[in-house]
Amino acid sequence: MNQTVIEVKGISKKYKISHEQGRYVTLRDVMANIIRKPFSFLKHKAKAAVGMAKKEEFWALKGVDFNVERGEVIGIIGQNGAGKSTLLKILSQITPPTEGEITIHGKVGSLLEVGTGFHPELTGRENVFLNGAILGMTKKEIINKFDEIVAFAGIEKFLDTPVKYYSSGMYVRLAFSVAAHMDPDILLVDEVLAVGDAEFQKKCLGKMDEITKNQNRTILFVSHNMSAIQSLCKRSVLLEKGRVVAVGDTRSIVDRYLSSHLSHKSVIEYPEKAGSAHISKISLHDPKGSLRSEFPISQEFLAKIEFECREPLENVVLSIIIYSADRDTLLYSSESDISGKLSDYKTGKYTADIKVPASLFNVGNYSFDIIFHVPNSKMLAEARDIQFEITNVDNPRSVVFQGHIVGKIATPLQFEINKH
Amino acid sequence: MTSETTSTLTIRPKKIFSLRDITELWKYRELLYFFTWRDFKVRYKQTYIGAGWAIFQPLLTMVVFSVFFGGLAKIPSDNVPYPIFVYVGLLFWQFFSNALSETSSSLVTNQAIITKVYFPRLILPIASVITKFVDFLIASMVLVGLMIYYGYVPQLSGLLVLPILLIITFMAATGGGLFLAAINVKYRDVRYALPFFIQMLIFVTPVIYPASIAGAYSKYLALNPMMGVIQNARAALLGTAPINWQLIGISFIACLVLLIIGTYVFKKVERYFADIV
Repeated sequence: MNQTVIEVKGISKKYKISHEQGRYVTLRDVMANIIRKPFSFLKHKAKAAVGMAKKEEFWALKGVDFNVERGEVIGIIGQNGAGKSTLLKILSQITPPTEGEITIHGKVGSLLEVGTGFHPELTGRENVFLNGAILGMTKKEIINKFDEIVAFAGIEKFLDTPVKYYSSGMYVRLAFSVAAHMDPDILLVDEVLAVGDAEFQKKCLGKMDEITKNQNRTILFVSHNMSAIQSLCKRSVLLEKGRVVAVGDTRSIVDRYLSSHLSHKSVIEYPEKAGSAHISKISLHDPKGSLRSEFPISQEFLAKIEFECREPLENVVLSIIIYSADRDTLLYSSESDISGKLSDYKTGKYTADIKVPASLFNVGNYSFDIIFHVPNSKMLAEARDIQFEITNVDNPRSVVFQGHIVGKIATPLQFEINKH
Repeated sequence: MTSETTSTLTIRPKKIFSLRDITELWKYRELLYFFTWRDFKVRYKQTYIGAGWAIFQPLLTMVVFSVFFGGLAKIPSDNVPYPIFVYVGLLFWQFFSNALSETSSSLVTNQAIITKVYFPRLILPIASVITKFVDFLIASMVLVGLMIYYGYVPQLSGLLVLPILLIITFMAATGGGLFLAAINVKYRDVRYALPFFIQMLIFVTPVIYPASIAGAYSKYLALNPMMGVIQNARAALLGTAPINWQLIGISFIACLVLLIIGTYVFKKVERYFADIV
């Protein structure tokens, strides 16, 4: 009995971009603008009234159509800015669409970020109730599942301790446990819930696997992790620049995605976005400083990150996560790795140079994410899926071994050989 | 599961008003309770004297005002002892002004939740007003004490008027708060100016002085809904004057207009809260 549970018809979402203001608007600036340039303000208003004002519009989604059947686990694939997150936000009603209509049969739950609404001053017990209510559970449901939630998180002893005293592991376990017990008919899952912590990510995927065995549960899964998508989803939707370019069997969709986005860029600039910090530009350089996105295996290279702090930030860290072509995490490194300390940033613009040593990765395609965050708690700015390629040029190995050498990393180890 | 009682949800471009908003508010009433409970609980834990703050704040203000305005400046108080005169005013005024300032920042302080989960946004400001109403109830115990001490017995008709006055205060605080909450999301500098304006408002409201000072102009003062509320609260509880129904009517209409404007602006901005917060 196939039954359509999600019907997406012609969904579009428009964002307005205003270059002059950039970040958030203050009343003071608006007033000052009116006083300083009353005529241009009036002109602008008049133009807006007759619909002639030049507005920079950006369609995050344009005419998206697809259906999801009951019990299906469907993957949403696409590059950064393809509209995946916007689509999830619309499905979970956080932001309304500009055009189109979605019909959903059943209760929707979203795992966009765990621990939403957790209050540090409240105890574990109190937070379970608060968080459960925010996620849409009724008090009765929470009471019924309370023991299960606590047992899954394994925090029985600390139930009446304020969560501000929890270790980050306990905090995340409790948060995920509440979210995993909400029991909706349709579950929306965004990969951002798996920030950094590999163990937690594994636990999430394990729970997802368990959830998918329930025949009545429908899941929408957004991820960059192709192996997770392939193992969980039968069918997938490929988004590109806000449009659906293909829907079908996950295998063929993943192949198409991987082959289509192998064109690298050596400079990526990101449009202004509100928030306390923003990553504006990422560029890749060879040791001489020239822009490139392909590097010979025996050469080190540099990732230059330009970012801005709009307010003083404490205890934060800049991290890089490097992935293989099939999105397995290869490396996670932070500015705090050597110092062992988090950093404080003043308001202002910064540049970070991340040096990637020569012969670290094997020949092939890789990508990385840059995240600026308060570890285990808050994402301040992020830039995802920046591509680079390691080429077989000047590879001492290929002189000895002909053809492809196995392994994802290629760090030469020291061989000390002595004759006895 | 064989039951086919699944609910159907339709997501469309958002209109400013729709009937669904009201049914939805009802559906999410438990969340309203939880937010109120959270605000109350957190404050109880964060300040040393906890819920005592709700009594301490108006009580101390009353003592200071009684010494300086009542004792030294000899401000008239409709032939009622100044402490109890000013306390009735403060009780309603602080409910209003605290609710107003709390409501106006309710969206910005909860932005982490707003950008991650859906629920009717109206719940947040309403929860703030209810939290302050609980404070009001706690603080009114001091009034009971004062009335016993000064030997005032309210008339039954007076007690019946009180709920009407509370509803007006509730509507005024919610209306003004919704308006300010929406503006606050849009223009981030508003929150710095707001405390000052709320502080100023106390002087155009007969809290520390009787409305009779204004004489013939008191009709215009009545456009400030809190003027009618405080004057009639004194009439009802202390018998300073007969209850002025005309004034209550004006206040009611004024706060109804405020509530409609506030809700309209809020709903208008609500559509893109998650995009700009």
